Parts: sequence; C-alpha cells; structure tokens
Amino acid sequence: MILALVTLLPIVGALLLLLVPREEVGLHRGLGFLFALATFVVSLLLVPGLKPAEWNALVDWVWVAPLGIHFKLGVDGISLFLVLLTTFLMPIVMLSAHQAIARKVREFYVALLVLETGMIGAFVAIDLFVFYVFWEVMLIPMYFLIGIWGGDRRLYASIKFVLYTLVGSLAMVVAILYLYVRHHEATGLWTFDYDALQKLVLSSREQLACFLAFALAFCIKVPLFPLHTWLPDAHVEAPTAGSVILAGVLLKFGTYGLLRFAIPMFPQAVVQCGPYITWLALIGIVYGSLVAWAQTDVKKLIAYSSVAHLGFVVLGLMAWNGRGVDGAMVQMLAHGISTGGLFLAIGVLYERRHTRRMEEFGGIAQVMPRFFAVFAIVMLASVGLPGLSGFVGEFLILLGSFDAWRTAKGHELFFGTGSHPKLIAAIAATGVILSAVYLLTMFQKVMLGPNANPKNRHLPDLSARELAVFAPIVVMAFWLGIYPATFLDRIDPAVAHVIGQFHEKATDRPELGPTPRLLGTLSKAAAAAATAKPGGGG
Amino acid sequence: MIDQFPLHWIPLFPLLGAAINLLIGRRLGRTLAALIGCGAVAAAMLLGWEATWQLGHAAPSATFTGALFRGTWIHASDGNYSLHLNAGLMLDRLSAVMVLVITSVGFLIHLYSIAYMEADAHFSRYFGYLNLFTGAMLILVLGDSLPVTFIGWEGVGLCSYLLIGFWFDKEQNASAGRKAFIVNRIGDFGFVLGMLLIFAATSTLQYSDLSSAPALAQLRRPLAIPGASYATFAALLLFIGATGKSAQLPLYVWLPDAMAGPTPVSALIHAATMVTAGVYMVARLHGVIEIDPFASGVIASVGAATALLAATIGVAQKPIKKILAYSTVSQLGFMFIGVGTRAYTAGMFHLVTHALFKAGLFLGAGSIMHALGGLEDVTQMGGLKRKLPITRWTFLIYCLAIAGIFPFSGFFSKDAILASAFGFDFPELAIWPHWLGHAIYAAGVTAALLTAFYMFRAYFLVFGGEFRGPPEVHAHAHESPTAMTIPLVVLAVGAAGAGLLGVPEIFHPEMNHFEEWLSPALFAPTLLHHSAALEWGLMGLATAVALVGISLAWWLYGRGPAPAVATLAARLRPLHRLVENRYYLDEVYDLLIVRPLRAVAYVFWKVIDALLIDLVLVRGLALVVDLFGRMIRYVQNGDAQRYVVGVVLGIAVFAGLGANWVAWRAAPFEVEMHGAEVTVRAHGAPVGAETRPLKYQFDFGDGTIVKLPERAVPIASHHYQGNGTRRITVTAYDPRWGTHSRESRLVEVRTR
Amino acid sequence: MIPVSHFLALGAVLFAIGVLGVVIRRNAIIVLMSIELMLNAANLTLLAFGRARHDAHFHALAFLVIAVAAAEAAVGLAIVVGIFRNRHAANLDELTLMKR
Repeated sequence: MILALVTLLPIVGALLLLLVPREEVGLHRGLGFLFALATFVVSLLLVPGLKPAEWNALVDWVWVAPLGIHFKLGVDGISLFLVLLTTFLMPIVMLSAHQAIARKVREFYVALLVLETGMIGAFVAIDLFVFYVFWEVMLIPMYFLIGIWGGDRRLYASIKFVLYTLVGSLAMVVAILYLYVRHHEATGLWTFDYDALQKLVLSSREQLACFLAFALAFCIKVPLFPLHTWLPDAHVEAPTAGSVILAGVLLKFGTYGLLRFAIPMFPQAVVQCGPYITWLALIGIVYGSLVAWAQTDVKKLIAYSSVAHLGFVVLGLMAWNGRGVDGAMVQMLAHGISTGGLFLAIGVLYERRHTRRMEEFGGIAQVMPRFFAVFAIVMLASVGLPGLSGFVGEFLILLGSFDAWRTAKGHELFFGTGSHPKLIAAIAATGVILSAVYLLTMFQKVMLGPNANPKNRHLPDLSARELAVFAPIVVMAFWLGIYPATFLDRIDPAVAHVIGQFHEKATDRPELGPTPRLLGTLSKAAAAAATAKPGGGG
Repeated sequence: MIDQFPLHWIPLFPLLGAAINLLIGRRLGRTLAALIGCGAVAAAMLLGWEATWQLGHAAPSATFTGALFRGTWIHASDGNYSLHLNAGLMLDRLSAVMVLVITSVGFLIHLYSIAYMEADAHFSRYFGYLNLFTGAMLILVLGDSLPVTFIGWEGVGLCSYLLIGFWFDKEQNASAGRKAFIVNRIGDFGFVLGMLLIFAATSTLQYSDLSSAPALAQLRRPLAIPGASYATFAALLLFIGATGKSAQLPLYVWLPDAMAGPTPVSALIHAATMVTAGVYMVARLHGVIEIDPFASGVIASVGAATALLAATIGVAQKPIKKILAYSTVSQLGFMFIGVGTRAYTAGMFHLVTHALFKAGLFLGAGSIMHALGGLEDVTQMGGLKRKLPITRWTFLIYCLAIAGIFPFSGFFSKDAILASAFGFDFPELAIWPHWLGHAIYAAGVTAALLTAFYMFRAYFLVFGGEFRGPPEVHAHAHESPTAMTIPLVVLAVGAAGAGLLGVPEIFHPEMNHFEEWLSPALFAPTLLHHSAALEWGLMGLATAVALVGISLAWWLYGRGPAPAVATLAARLRPLHRLVENRYYLDEVYDLLIVRPLRAVAYVFWKVIDALLIDLVLVRGLALVVDLFGRMIRYVQNGDAQRYVVGVVLGIAVFAGLGANWVAWRAAPFEVEMHGAEVTVRAHGAPVGAETRPLKYQFDFGDGTIVKLPERAVPIASHHYQGNGTRRITVTAYDPRWGTHSRESRLVEVRTR
Repeated sequence: MIPVSHFLALGAVLFAIGVLGVVIRRNAIIVLMSIELMLNAANLTLLAFGRARHDAHFHALAFLVIAVAAAEAAVGLAIVVGIFRNRHAANLDELTLMKR
C-alpha cells in the first residue's frame, strides 16, 4: 500500500492542482512542493525493514483481468534508491523553479507531478505492461517541460527527444508483447508478470531479438554513443527543473532497464552482445569527455559529461560482477546528485544572467562566495573526488571491469569474449583524467579569474531559498562519498541475487549449446523475427 | 597490533578546524579563525607526538590501528573476490615519522601564516584550506589501505588546487591551480590502475596483507610480457602516481607554476609534505616495489634524471620561489634515488631533513618578499643582511644544510642516498647494466654541485653586495614580525641538528637512530655496506663538490653578479636560453598533447556529433520522411471539395471492389479428366445459407453449356465425344450486382 | 405497381446529383443544399425498401434522417454565416484553413 501511495500521490496532487484556479500561482507552488515533499517522506517509509533481495511493499491489483494485466508494484534493493532519488530530487526541483517559472505555473507543477508518478511507477512496476505504461507516462510531461518552458530551439529539442525515445520504446513494446504471447504458448497463462516472464525459456535467436529490442530502448535512454545526440539538445533547451530531472532520474531508466530487464531476462544474448555494448560505453566515456571539453555552453558541457558518466555505469553493468554492478548502482545515484547539482548551479547563473556561454562569465566567485562553495562541491563530486559522491561508484566500476572475467561462478563473461578487460578499464580510467580537465576548465572560466564583465560585478549571492535547494544535495554528495555503506548494504544483496539468478539461468540451459557469434546470428534472427508468427517462434 | 590509541582524532582535529573555518570563519573574526586553525593542528601535533611516544615504548613492529569511522566504508560481495574496505587507519613507525613532520612543520607554518596572511581578505578561508590540507595529508599517511590513502592523496591534491589558486582573481593563478590538479590526475590515473592491478592479483588492498608472503607470491605471477609480473606493472603504475604528486619527470611541470600560491602554502604543501607523498608511498609499498628490480631501477633513474634536470633549471631562474621550486623537484629526485636504490631509510631521512630546510627556505623567501613588498626577482635584491638579520642567518643555515655541508642535516641524508646509489648493483638486478648505480651516483653528485651553486647564488644575490632594486623598496625593508621569525629559528635549529638523528656507522656505531627506528617498519632489505675507505671517499667527494659549488657561487655572485656572469651567459647563449626556458617542456607538452587533444575534441564535436550523427543520420532520416510527406501534401491542399472527390472515388472503388470480389474470385476452376469424362470444379464461395447466391455457367467448348442455379455447388461434368482440343470456360455471375467473372482454359481430350 | 428498381434508380440519380453538387459547386450554401439532396436520396431509397418489404423500420430510419438533415442544415448554415462574417467569403475554394 505504501508503494501505491508513493506512486500515486503525485498524480493525485496533480489532479488537485487542476482544481485550484489558475491565478493562484503561490498556491500552486506551495501545493506542488508540499505534495512532492509528502511523497518523499512517504517513500522514506520504504527503507526500514527492507529485504533487499525480494519484492517489498508488494502491491498486486488486478487491472485488466481477461488480458492478465496486474497493477503490480514492488521494490527491492535495486529500485529503492532510484525511487528515493526521484522523490528526493522532486521537491528540490520544485523549490528551485520558484522564480524561474513565471508562465503557466499550474501546468508546470502538474507536469512535474505527473512526471514523478511516471518515474516512480516505472521504477517499481514489476508487471511489464504497467512498466510500459509508466514508461510512456514520463515521456509526455517531459515533452511539455522542454517544449513549453524551454529555450529558443525548444520545439526541435522536444520533438527530437520524443522521437528518439519512442523509437526505442516501440521496439521494446513489441518485445514485451512477444514475451507475453510466448509465455501464453508455453504455459497457457496470459501474464505480463516480470517474474513469470523472466522464467520463460527462450531460444538464443529469440533472446537476441528481444534483447536487441529492449537494449535499443534502454541504450537510447542511457544514452549510449552513438544514440546520444538528443541529450545535449534536450538539456540545453530544457528549463533547469527539466534538466535536473532529465539528468538526475530519466537517464537512469536506461541503465536501470538494462539491469532489471535486458540483462537478466536474456542471458545468452547479453553474452553475445556484451562486448559490443562495452566498447560503445567505452567510446562514450572518452568521446563524451572530449566533446564536453570542446563546449562553450555550460549546459551542453554537463550534458556531454553525462554521456561519459553514464558510460561508466554501462561499463560496470557489463562487467556483471558484484563490484561492477554495485558500482554502477552507486554511480547512478552519485550522478543524479552531482549532475543534478551542477544543473541547479547553472540554473542559478542563468537566472541571473540569462546566458550560459562560458565567455560571458568569469570571476563570479568574487561576488558570490556561497555559490562558489556549493558549485565547487558539486563540481568536485562530479569529478569523482574521494570523499564525495562520484568516487565510490567510479572506483567500484573500475575495480569490477578490471578483472571482469573473475566472477563468482567462474563464467567467462562479456569481456571474456575477445576483449581485454584490463585494457578496457585502463581506457575507461582516462575518463577520470578527462573529467577533471573539462570540469575544472569550465569552473575556472565561469567562477575564477578576474571579474571583467561589468554585468557580473553585482550579482546577488545565493538567497536562503537557493541555499535550501542546494543544502540537501551537498549533504547527499558527502554522504554518498563518506558513508556509502548505507546504500551498499541494501544494493549489494539485491545485486548479488540478480547476478546469482543470471548464472543459474545461464548454466541450467546446456541444451542451448555454445553461444553463437553475434553478427552471424543477427541476420538469422532478423529473418526469424520477420517470419515468426506470435507463438510460432522457437 | 595495539588498538588503544584514538588515531582518528589526529586527522579529525584539522578537519574539524577546516569545517569551522570554512563554514562560519567569516563571522569569527581573524583572531578566532587563526586560533582555531593553529589550535586544530597543534592538537593533532600533540596527539601525533604522544602516539609516537607510545609507539616507541611498544614492541618495534607494533602498529596502532583505528578507523575514521566505525563500520564498513565500501563493500561489494562477489564470492571469493569480495571487496570489503574500512576507513581504517594505522600508525606504524613509518607513518609516525610522516605524522610528526606533517603536524610539526605544519604547525610552524600555520603560525607563520598568521602574520604573513594578516592583511588578506580571505583569512579564514585560508586557514580552512590549510587545515583541510593537514587533515587530508594525515589521512594519506595514516590510511591502512590504498583506497584510504587515495582519499588523502586526492584530498591534498584538491587543497593544493584550492591554495595555488587562492588568489583566483588572477587568471594565471587559477590556471596554475588547474594545471596542478590535472597533472596530478594523470598521476592518479596510474595510482588507480596500480591499485586495480594489485587487487586483481591479491584480492586485497590492505597494507598489512600486502606485506604478507601469500599476497607477494600472487604479485610475482607473470603478466603480459615475458619476465614481467603483476608487481612490475603495479609498481610502475603506482610510480606514475608518485611522479604526479612528487613532481618527477615527466609530470613535474605543475610544481614551478604552483608557486602562484601564498608562500607558506609553498612551504607546507609544495616543499615539506604533499610532494613527498610519492616517496612515502614507495616506501610504504616497498614490499611490492622491490619484487621486480626493473621497477626499482626505473624509480632510481627517473629520480636521478629529475634531480639533475631540475638542478640545471634552478641555476638560471630569477624569481626566488622558482629557484626553490626547482630545488624541491631536484631534492625529491634525490629521495627517489634513495627509495629506488632500496635505501628506504635514507630516502625517508632525506624527506625529513628536506622538510625542515626547504620549509625554512620557503618561509625565509616569504620573509624576504614580505620585507620587500612582494618583490621576487633575486637579481633585483642584494645587501639585505643588515636589514633582515634573523632571516639572513637562518637562510644561511638552510643553504648550508641543503648544500650538504657537515654537520648540517642535508650532509647526512644526502650522503646516505649517494652512498646507496653508488652501490646499487645487486646480483639479481641483471636486467640493469652494472654501471647504472655509478651513473645515478654521478648524476646525483652533479646535481649536488649544482644545488650548492644555485642555493648560494640565491643567498649571495639576496644578502650579499648592494641592493639593486628600487630604492624606495629598500628603504621600506624591515625584519618580519616575531610570529614569522620564530618558525624560521625553530626550523633552522632542526635543519642544523636533524642530521644527528642519522649519523652513519663509520662516525659512530650506535648513533643512526633514524635507521634503527624505521628498520622494523621497512624490514631493511640487504643494504650494501661499503668499505670504510670507500665511504670516507664518497663523503669527501660530496663535501668537496658542495664546496666547489659554493665557491663558484661566491666567485660569480659574492658581491652581486660579477661581470663574468654576463660574459658566461653570452658565451653559452643557446644553452642558457634553453635552461632559462625550462627546456621548453611546457611548450612541448602543449604542442604534443594538449593541442592535438583539443583538436580531436573539436573534430569529434563538429564532425562526428554535429555532422555525421545529427545531420547525416538523424536529419537524413527525417529528410526521407519529409520527402514522403511532401509528396503526400499535393493531395492535402485543404480544399474540402477535393477531399470529397477523394472520398466518393474511394467509396466507389471499394464498393466496386467489394461487390466484385466474390465473383472475381469465384471463377477460377480445376479440371479433372478421366479419358473423355471431364469434371470441372470452380472455387466458388463456400456454399451455405450465408454465401452469396452466385450463378454458374460452364461452357465445355463443344456446344454443351451447363447452367447452375443460385447456391448450387459449382461442379459440372461432361462426356466429350471424340478427341481434340477444347476450351472450357466458367462464368460466375452475381445476380445482385450484375457482375460476373470468367475464366477459360484449353484442355486436350484423348479417348482410347 | 411501380417496381422497386425504379425508386432505386431515382434515388441513385438524386444522390449522384447531390454528390456532384458538393464536389463541383463553390458556393457553400449550394453545397449544403446538395448535401440535403443526398440525404433525401437516401430517404427515398429507404422508403422504397420499406414499401417493398412492408417493414416499418425503414420509415423510422427515414424520420431519423430527416431530423439529422434538419440539424445539419441549421448547424451548417450557422457555420457558413459565421465563416462569411469572419472571412467575407462563401466560396469553398477560398477556405483552405485545413492546409495550415
């Protein structure tokens, strides 16, 4: 029940906001913030007594009985902190938008609240149909956030964002329906239930086709090179609140989806495709970092840095051992905190100067000392300084990928197939250098040096409200860096459980024979997918 | 192992001080801020001395353990490869030495800073950073595992960044800070990879485990290249980290720029403590490092090359802090010669003495600059011995110490290093030529000569001769306040006397307390002992060389720059220019690394991202859709009447099609022949009440026509008379719509 | 008695005339009248069948069509008047708002 409350409270709030007259701007702001805050408080109730390796706070309501659709929600150690990240960022975002959003205030808060329900729902849904519904529910408010309150090229950016995401999610929905029909054929039961569909035995060709469909959806969301170009545009055009949510939470759906759905459900296909995804993640790290360095727009720089940071997360997932996946989870949280903080900081600058071009700034630290401290902390957290949030995840990911073949069960996994884990980790570690290069360069250009531009001479320092926005972020940045055990204690058993299941599934299927090479089977799989009637595959 | 000392308070005091000063320092006022800053370090210092005292009274190999906080820091379960890290601290005799240096020298420098930074607007921020640095440095040396050390390692890098760029309103200061951080990050890249490699080999990162036999055996396993082991790569990668932090070739370039920070910062961070972290790390991991002599040789060679190169650059620098910076790089090279040639105690000993005299030199330089209103160029100074007596005498002691004159501290530590380098020729070092030790020794001696020369060049230029700068500056010059001179004097006493801690055996058999103290922690590797005659000879040569350097400096600069200086510089013009411009290394790095990378970044962005992906792929796809849409648009002209035409035509077509469909499909037929007997079966629509009432007509081509009524099964038979080719035609007729379809086929009739 | 097919033929002719009117004529009012014509052609067809089959359902349907036609005429004329006021045009080929 708690989980249903957490999921639906924001949308109830949204409906309530619709009843309040449009002119009551202050009431909208207050109510929106209150509902987000209440959701956060309620979501904290999920933490005590959580059993990380199973579904907690299970909600299972029949929704469409004849089709076997259940409104089934559950939270485990993997989704818990992503939910908390969402509910944590939402009140912050609403508080930060107090002055920035003056137009269509009611619609703005309604969009944010609907978005929150969509995000939470997608994190906790364990019925694939419900997951898909929530997945699409998030898309629409985000589209409006960019398209209505965005910058000059907001239409281009919002449409690009929607089209990219839709392409992926359509592939995913086909795969979900295929699994649905396939499950009925195998067992006679119509169900979208995650646990049931996960137990489905699929041929390697089916696995490959379904994995590619899922992976396309998730890799676009991550975003993995070369599917990333929607991200800089979306970030640059989105309002601060949208950017924070986009970077802080939405991107995590890509990696969360890989971890929850794509990898455990199709183990053989992952073993086949793993190396390719790994190399793409690696390219993303180096490429994203270098391109970030070349940017002049601060927001674009942070957007590209997200490509690099999320590349780290995918790398950790592909290592598929406890260290790597734990690291990926922590890195997801850390990225949400630090990049969210960076976007909020840029929002502060943008509110004061209405530009994001680096050369317009310089020497801001002299006039805004409080802002200097906050910005420096989130920037350094993003750089991955030990003691701040970025380090733990990066360290675990590198540790995991460095000897990725050494897994608990002795499987030769993704890196084993023809690539060199040590080399991969070494290349990834250059991202550690590069992140310092582009972030410190940006920080220097914006904050340090002489305050030469007369427009920057009298900028007001952070107000009390803005300090309240940043304070939780700073606290979390330290918490994640100094005492990550709070999070790892719950993440680690869940990850171990998922990895254990994966190995069982991968080893218990000797009849499938050796894993075929990817490119050889791709064409066959495409042919199979073209001719396969529902239920006729395999 | 002993557990009863609250080790965590040693770093926590300075960290708390930092937190207070950074959060609310502005409101505290200067006195309180300074009190908190100095008090925090003093508390750490007292705790450090107390801990060392207790350690001295425990068994030689005793270790205090503790933790920054209880419980786990990072863990990840993974079967046999699980990671379990605590934020653990440990104090053994090695880290005790470092703690004493950091807190004691650190305290003096804090004290000095009160007066030096008196007028600065960001006084409390300065002390906050300085405390933060002290805390981080203490975590670095107290950490009981590589990751905990790495916290401190990066933490001191951060403080270095913040303090170099302390006066960030000047672009070049901010850039110097950034450069320091990034170059250090390149080193950290090596450090991290070294850590990963060690974990991959041994599944542990704890120092206590890493000195155990099984872990070392794991590290001896071969890797990648024949003859190389995990330990080889791990040692080299960790050494990359050390070259970054300790400013060795090829990563030393950040340290001279780091002089942009306040002078006490240069003394504390960039001379006494942080830059020695690399030396400490090599000593701490000596068990891993010395598995492969190749790594040791690399460390010693890099140290020697750095010592020599930096010393040559130091000869031609003009700003006093730059001279000292290159001197630091050079002296750090000496320390690496020590730890690289397995004389860990010698390297550590030089670390301690260097901390004393180099911190003193920087503080002295600060005092001079303080007196001269920030003037840095030594060629502009001169004749300050009367104006700054305390500074002058202490400075002289530091110069004698660094030059290695008996009985000052530098003499003993430098001698120990050079002696060990000379004998660096172990049998198992077959990978290195046997003359490597001698070559390193020669480089070291040359560097020592240059050291004596450039230090006394600076000394004579500052204090000797007449003042050459602006007269009003000279008139204004004054001795520094007591808060600044006390540290100078204390450090001078240390620099003069610290050598007595490590008196070599040939002087007195039982006076090398330093080695005695450290040998349990560094379980002394087979140290080579030279014959007494050789040792006396080496010592004599080192002293002679130092005296030559001093004399040369006296000859050229004793009473201000002699005319010979100009002629010499002119005669050696290309060389002089090369040295003066630091061998153009910064420019070379810029040209070979920074610019190409920037260009690549730009190309990635503009060509791959914007052009290839966004324009060709994404917009290309959109263009295809768009073209299709344009074609469709001709029809969509917004004229309702045309739409109606379309609707009507569409209805007509579909109605016609639908109406005719059944009949069209109805006519095809199959022919079955049995001699002259032929049966024709039309496909028709399935027969039944719901079917369309079709009428069929079968024309057998010989005049026989069979007509079937509505709803009859469309089959007809006929018996042909005679052979021949006949045309069978079937017509299906839909009486409702009046449509019909017809098919015909030729058949051969053969009767027997 | 007149056979059903005669009624049907008349209905078809009327309907065709109506369609042609909708498609060809530019004046919105004449287009509306043509639509009325089409509706009445449908009515005629319905009633023809109703008479032939002695089935009252067809008559009921015819009434429904008449009601719809009345409503359509009212709304349609109102729209035409509205458009004419707004854009000063009653010619359909000038009203290509849908294009935008």
